[in-house]
Amino acid sequence: MTDIQRHPYDVVVIGAGGAGLRAAIEARLAGKRVAIISKSLFGKAHTVMAEGGAAASMGNVNSNDNWMVHFRDTMRGGKFLNNFRMAELHAKEAPQRVWELETYGALFDRTPDGKISQRNFGGHEYPRLAHVGDRTGLEMIRTLQQKIVSLQQDDYASTGQYEANIKVYAECAITDLLLDGDRVAGAFGYFRENGEFILFEAPAIVLATGGVGKSYKVTSNSWEYTGDGHALALRAGSTLINMEFLQFHPTGMVWPPSVKGILVTESVRGDGGILKNSEGKRFMFDYVPDVFRKQYAETEEEADRWYTDPDNNRRPPELLPRDEVARAINSEVKAGRGTPAGGVYLDIASRRTPEFILKRLPSMYHQFKELADVDITKQPMEIGPTCHYVMGGVEVDPDTGAAAGTIAGLFAAGEVSGGMHGSNRLGGNSLSDLLVFGKRAGEYAAKYADGLKATPKVSEASLNAAVETALAPLNRGADGENPYNVWHSLQEVMQNLVGIIRRREELEQSIKDLAELRGRVANVGATGGRKFNPGWHLALDLRNMLVVSECTARAALEREESRGGHTREDFPAMDNQWRQVNLICSLNPTGDGVDLKRQPVPALRSELLGLFEKSELAKYMTEAELADHDAAAKSAESLTVTDTADTKVGGK
Amino acid sequence: MGSKRHFRVWRGDDSGGQLEDFDVEVNDGEVVLDIIHRLQATQAPDLAVRWNCKAGKCGSCSMEINGMPKLGCMTRMSTFEETETVTVTPLRTFPVIRDLVTDVSFNYQKAREMPAFAPPDLAPGEYRMKQVDVERSQEFRKCIECFLCQNTCHVVRDHEENKPAFSGPRFFIRAAELDMHPLDQRTDRKEFAQAEQGLGYCNITKCCTEVCPEHIHITDNGIIPMKERVVDRKYDPLVWLGKKIFRRDELEAK
Repeated sequence: MTDIQRHPYDVVVIGAGGAGLRAAIEARLAGKRVAIISKSLFGKAHTVMAEGGAAASMGNVNSNDNWMVHFRDTMRGGKFLNNFRMAELHAKEAPQRVWELETYGALFDRTPDGKISQRNFGGHEYPRLAHVGDRTGLEMIRTLQQKIVSLQQDDYASTGQYEANIKVYAECAITDLLLDGDRVAGAFGYFRENGEFILFEAPAIVLATGGVGKSYKVTSNSWEYTGDGHALALRAGSTLINMEFLQFHPTGMVWPPSVKGILVTESVRGDGGILKNSEGKRFMFDYVPDVFRKQYAETEEEADRWYTDPDNNRRPPELLPRDEVARAINSEVKAGRGTPAGGVYLDIASRRTPEFILKRLPSMYHQFKELADVDITKQPMEIGPTCHYVMGGVEVDPDTGAAAGTIAGLFAAGEVSGGMHGSNRLGGNSLSDLLVFGKRAGEYAAKYADGLKATPKVSEASLNAAVETALAPLNRGADGENPYNVWHSLQEVMQNLVGIIRRREELEQSIKDLAELRGRVANVGATGGRKFNPGWHLALDLRNMLVVSECTARAALEREESRGGHTREDFPAMDNQWRQVNLICSLNPTGDGVDLKRQPVPALRSELLGLFEKSELAKYMTEAELADHDAAAKSAESLTVTDTADTKVGGK
Repeated sequence: MGSKRHFRVWRGDDSGGQLEDFDVEVNDGEVVLDIIHRLQATQAPDLAVRWNCKAGKCGSCSMEINGMPKLGCMTRMSTFEETETVTVTPLRTFPVIRDLVTDVSFNYQKAREMPAFAPPDLAPGEYRMKQVDVERSQEFRKCIECFLCQNTCHVVRDHEENKPAFSGPRFFIRAAELDMHPLDQRTDRKEFAQAEQGLGYCNITKCCTEVCPEHIHITDNGIIPMKERVVDRKYDPLVWLGKKIFRRDELEAK
């Protein structure tokens, strides 16, 4: 009935952002034939949006930094819900992964003595982020892209074919993973350009598809972030971990509508910007929680003195942690004191000279000037919280990236995987996460493929089913519902009921609404043909967005506490009992809903536990968990800054 | 707050097509890409367009707007008169796939023909470079690969026959970037650009620089220095001429 291209590979990497490209490089260096599948053109992945940098304790700016300090910062940032082993590997291996990029041609900003420069960022004790101005993500994508081209040139030199061992399938989307019993056997999808179908036959598949932000109305994420990898994993029998944790960045642009959700850097507030409501009131003083009261100024006068004299004054409340600021903005808008566009004002124009603003915030000046025609040296910005990052994701083995659940041969790395960041991710830990776990997933996917005795086979029945699913929206045509309308309804549900502040009744409502949407998603229709048809593409993405949204709503209802990227108005405190619980989602046996179960968080290894003071841990852990802390502290003494032995620098 | 505006959008594929008329709502603060998205959501769900970040950072939504090569996400509707018809067409230099989507594989081919960074014999972590030395190459690494420069360059815009021999401005600055990289071990970047990339075809009209959304000084900082240094061995009258030609904005500033 339909022609399907078939391509055999050893390793197929779905996703061409930082994690996917790094995984592909590693698998190719291990001698595997590798396909990279990119939903967009090569080099356009969402990684290009990352600004700040890649966190790695190279110690170039402050030599006191090392992997143990980075590990501690990461665990604190995640409120101790992180998979400790991932946080450990990440802290140990990030420097090597960043240095390696220089051998691929990356050009980071430098220190005076010629090393990679490192900048301060929220939650990091020392200057730690390797960066290139505010376009670090672009540098990373381009570097990895060019490394892949160089590997293709090597292959050309030895075989006469550029694509002999590593090929990029651009503008290609995967709709289903195909299995052979309990093993991965292939991936099925279509080319956006012409709508033709393609089957990759491969024993090992790496998911590196990024996040889920497009289920929300206001997001900093690009169109590709439809939770494809999360959904593919679920449907293949894998599990998702802690999907309730989403990071809402407090300052996204809300005006003009064209740029709604795009990030406004935290530095605006660090350099003197303040938040005001529509009545002109500097409202953050009303939102300082008790636990922070000692560290934050109570009057505008004191707050303003802090910028020049931080030793004798307390910090302005605009600099509270991201979740606090985001909640405050949300409350002001809900109370009717928002701007016409539904945000609040971020004002630096009335507080700093134009010269100062241009010197300190050049990219923000240009962002607003060019995208919004707003001169931030003269006018306030309109901002509000924006859905930025999903901490939850595919449950993986920390060392290998192998997906948990019932299926072998599936791996995940980067934002699509879960556990590394716990309940909240520190800025800068994403770019390093991509490199560390991208490399590991590629390495272990290659090893897995090597170890197989027989190549799994794709059955004709499962292939036909995948074809049928992909064609269904076109077959319904104009009889089906407009996918854009269904998408907007889904975004309304998630934005309004499973957003930044959550409460039981709304979450229960969201689950009902999502169940109703399931019927509508199953009935979307696409008019037009198969050639580059965005309506059809959206129709296929919708079922991914829906199932991932269900996981988030179910987990958010279950977790009755507030922690990191999950805030329950009805359970506003962090709960030490809940710190011991991971929430695991799987697809139910009939495939039309999500099952949820609780699973213990793995306990920290003794010497890692001992890296923290007992008094600090007491804020997060129960007494029983801390009974052996003295012994732990002793065993931590055996750790050394050069103790990164379970890791090696990858090949050039 | 919305008003109805008139759009003409090219629709079709490699077998042909035509401009189609749309009346569409436009709200305050919107950009051309927003209007294309509104057309998709309300009138033409299968209208093909590329886009990703919608913030001028990925270089996906390149198109021609009233004949000018631009990013759809960076072209504000307020730059047009209320009564002005906005005409949106695909990039002219590349073959149309469908509607506003073109086949830009030419650029990926040229990228592949460009010899990669040649690393020095130093262990990872041992690289030392001065900020002032990396900055020259960093300017070119700002490139978001929107290919507007490739599209506007008249060497290939209406001259399909030049494509095999000509890599285009995007890859001249890639050559310049590697040439100026403090640790790149190849010493023949300029000669390669001249012999294999068709640098000599460029006659420095600076159209590429004019359309660059990243404001990279493609001609002044990339192409001319490459040409100048090739000239050590080979006279190129265009270099002399190039120094006498100014961009429109430079003339206006005078």
